[in-house]
Amino acid sequence: MRPKLKMPSKKWVTRKESGNNHSEMNQRLNKRKVKDNVASVSARGILIFVNFLALLIFCGIFWKALPILSLVSLPELLFSSSWHPMKNEFGLFPFIIGTMAVTLLAMIISLPVCMLTSIYLSEYAKRRFREVSRFAIDILAGIPSVVYGLCGVLVIVPLVEFMGELIGVQTTGYSLLAGGIVLAVMVIPFIVSISMEVLRMVPEPYRESALALGATRWETVKYVVLKKARSGLIAATVLGFARAFGETMAVLMVVGNVAQIPTSLFDAAYPLPALIANNYGEVMSIPLYDAALMSAAFILMLVVTLFSLTAHYALLKVGKTIA
Amino acid sequence: MKKRKLEENIFKALMIISLLGVFAALAGIIMVVAVKGLSSLNLSMIIETPKGGYYLGKEGGIANAIVGSLYLMAGATTLAFIISLPVALALQKEYLSKRFADFTRLVLDILWGTPSIVYGVFGFVIMVYLGMRASLLGGIVVLTLLMVPIMVRAMDEAIRLVPFEMKEMAYALGTTRVETTFAVVLKQAMPGIVTAVILAFGRGIGDAASILFTAGYTDDIPTSLLDPVASLPLAVFFQIGTPVPEVQARAYAAALILLVIVIVINIIARILGWRFARHIVR
Amino acid sequence: MSKIKIKKLSVSYGNHQVLNEVSLDIPERQIIAVIGPSGCGKTTLLKSMNRLLDLNEDVAVSGDIAIDGENIYRPDIDVNALRKRVGFLPQRPYPLPMSIFDNVAFGPKIHGLDVSSLSVVSNKEREGKGNKGTQRLVEHYLRLAGLWEEVKDRLNAPAAKLSIGQQQRLALARVLSIEPEIILADEPTSALDPISAKLVETQFKILKENYTIIFVTHILRQARRLADYIIFLYMGDLIEHGPAVRFFGEPCDEKTKAYISGEIS
Repeated sequence: MRPKLKMPSKKWVTRKESGNNHSEMNQRLNKRKVKDNVASVSARGILIFVNFLALLIFCGIFWKALPILSLVSLPELLFSSSWHPMKNEFGLFPFIIGTMAVTLLAMIISLPVCMLTSIYLSEYAKRRFREVSRFAIDILAGIPSVVYGLCGVLVIVPLVEFMGELIGVQTTGYSLLAGGIVLAVMVIPFIVSISMEVLRMVPEPYRESALALGATRWETVKYVVLKKARSGLIAATVLGFARAFGETMAVLMVVGNVAQIPTSLFDAAYPLPALIANNYGEVMSIPLYDAALMSAAFILMLVVTLFSLTAHYALLKVGKTIA
Repeated sequence: MKKRKLEENIFKALMIISLLGVFAALAGIIMVVAVKGLSSLNLSMIIETPKGGYYLGKEGGIANAIVGSLYLMAGATTLAFIISLPVALALQKEYLSKRFADFTRLVLDILWGTPSIVYGVFGFVIMVYLGMRASLLGGIVVLTLLMVPIMVRAMDEAIRLVPFEMKEMAYALGTTRVETTFAVVLKQAMPGIVTAVILAFGRGIGDAASILFTAGYTDDIPTSLLDPVASLPLAVFFQIGTPVPEVQARAYAAALILLVIVIVINIIARILGWRFARHIVR
Repeated sequence: MSKIKIKKLSVSYGNHQVLNEVSLDIPERQIIAVIGPSGCGKTTLLKSMNRLLDLNEDVAVSGDIAIDGENIYRPDIDVNALRKRVGFLPQRPYPLPMSIFDNVAFGPKIHGLDVSSLSVVSNKEREGKGNKGTQRLVEHYLRLAGLWEEVKDRLNAPAAKLSIGQQQRLALARVLSIEPEIILADEPTSALDPISAKLVETQFKILKENYTIIFVTHILRQARRLADYIIFLYMGDLIEHGPAVRFFGEPCDEKTKAYISGEIS
């Protein structure tokens, strides 16, 4: 073995080993460690804070909604159609139906479009075109809901009114149908971008092996890609549903806002978010009105949370089946 | 064979129709807003506040809303950034167990999905509790709440794309976790972090439901944090509903400005992504 | 004297055992090659020596590794200080996301090393602390890694812009900049073109005067060219180890013979 200090006379000389230098470095190291530990503790702290904040929002709204149950029972709150805040009658049923109707309608309109579009962009389009389309879809997704609402008022409402005239239905145009159409356009970019991502996650070899068997592009999509991506596409749909469910302003502007159970597409409806937006802020004068609207907000939040959880687990499943 | 080809073609045609439909929707929205907005947009629209009440007064412009939105977004974006960056960095696996980090991610995703009207309601409850009126401060706080989950998750995605080998390189030099985080991870994820901020800005500036009760609306430009403040999305919402054409024009102008901001933001996000990418290792 | 003593080292990821009770002594100031077919635990052995393994999830290490007689898996050992003593050169050079200059200056800055302790520098230069000193420092290590001539005019360019061969020598400069005693290198030339690979090999030969260099390779010829000492792993077991001359000249184990003659790979 080489003797330890056989330093060559070349210029490859290492640092002098002086005791002083060593203790200096140790001190420095201690300081660095302290910093590191402080950071680690603050990391934990800040994440706990975030979770606590989420809990606070949830509990805060629950706690403010609770008093309503001292007046009306839960089934009454959910299934009664009588909404007369002045007389202390708080039945949310028309609003719940309104929300469901407008959301379902939007999904029925948008889903086929979303699926077809995302399949085209992911499976057929060239890379370049896909990038350009993604840019357009990002812009569409970023348009504020009031702008959608504005376009709804200017274009969709008159269109619906005209359609009503054509088939002989009395309508102002401010209707379930108008709300559904506007909402559908709003959720399309949202669902398409998630679906596209899910479809791109399916590894290329799956496609190649199907194509190699002589399957057409469409057959490859139908029998291989869609099977692999199924739960991801469900997740995208569920997330779109959640988004539509809580959308407020655009729908509020075109849906008519009449507290009734709509019986046709051309009737006005009154979804929960619109109810809150229209009345909250001036409710302090009537006792329990506040709590009633809070319960509406709580329902919104609960449903959206459930949807988010569903989508989350569906997406986890995709990760597992594909990888 | 013929049937198979036919099926393929039918579906392909449907797909192209759908895609064209989506593009048409985008083009239609841009056109409607541009046509309506451009005809109502002029200099006095941008630099004057409304005269005689924003709901009925025929004179004046939307300077109150433009400046108001600017104030709101400057405050909310800054606050949200200050909160989001540490949260996103803390989500790295070096600091906490994967389970806790993943749980927090899920919570943030749920918050992201929570309708903005719920944030508005929550913000209002807190403000009533504190004895505050609708104000610039209230609006800023609620918009911050709305933007934080978006910003954190987008930053988190960017941070997770930092190659493990690169972190490993830093650790191999004997760096601590914080040193690695700030010297390496932050630099490498910078384009993604900038994009995250811009993305959240885009969401925040267009949101009306959350500031409906919390920021209020006014004809004037606020002079303190406790004054109510006007905003572009609410300028659209309130002024479209009047019967007065001059007031509606203000709504169109506000909508056009919002739309332009959103498009510009999308473009900037892309360009900034490249510029900050100078030191990025691919 | 042996620099590193490894005693009954076993490593497993989850249920997958990667190293089985490896025990060996590694001599000082030589080039040591760890060879063996891919997936036999070479990289794991390497990363266990500066505890980079700790970064992986569910990895279990048992046994001990002593460097200069000090067990590095003792709980009170400081990994940051350990990693300063044991540098690591990765398979694919990931430059840090900064300029060429900062890539080299980063390590000394973190550890508070500066030019004043560098005995190669003249007294006059030693006075130029701060920025001037750092410049001298960066130049020193870039020269040591054989990269200075190629990059001296563009030190502020992003390191990502360098060719991959240059990036690997930059990584070498970065490793040297923290003044380690041991350099671990994980297939340091496998991602490089032949000319860059040759440059790195040349630097290794120069550096072994002062450093203990342990490198992993699956190229037998490279081990022959460079190494003074060979460690042969097969499926997580240590088969044979010893000076290169003896290892290639008169291998004892059947598996070693088979590997050298190319029957197993």
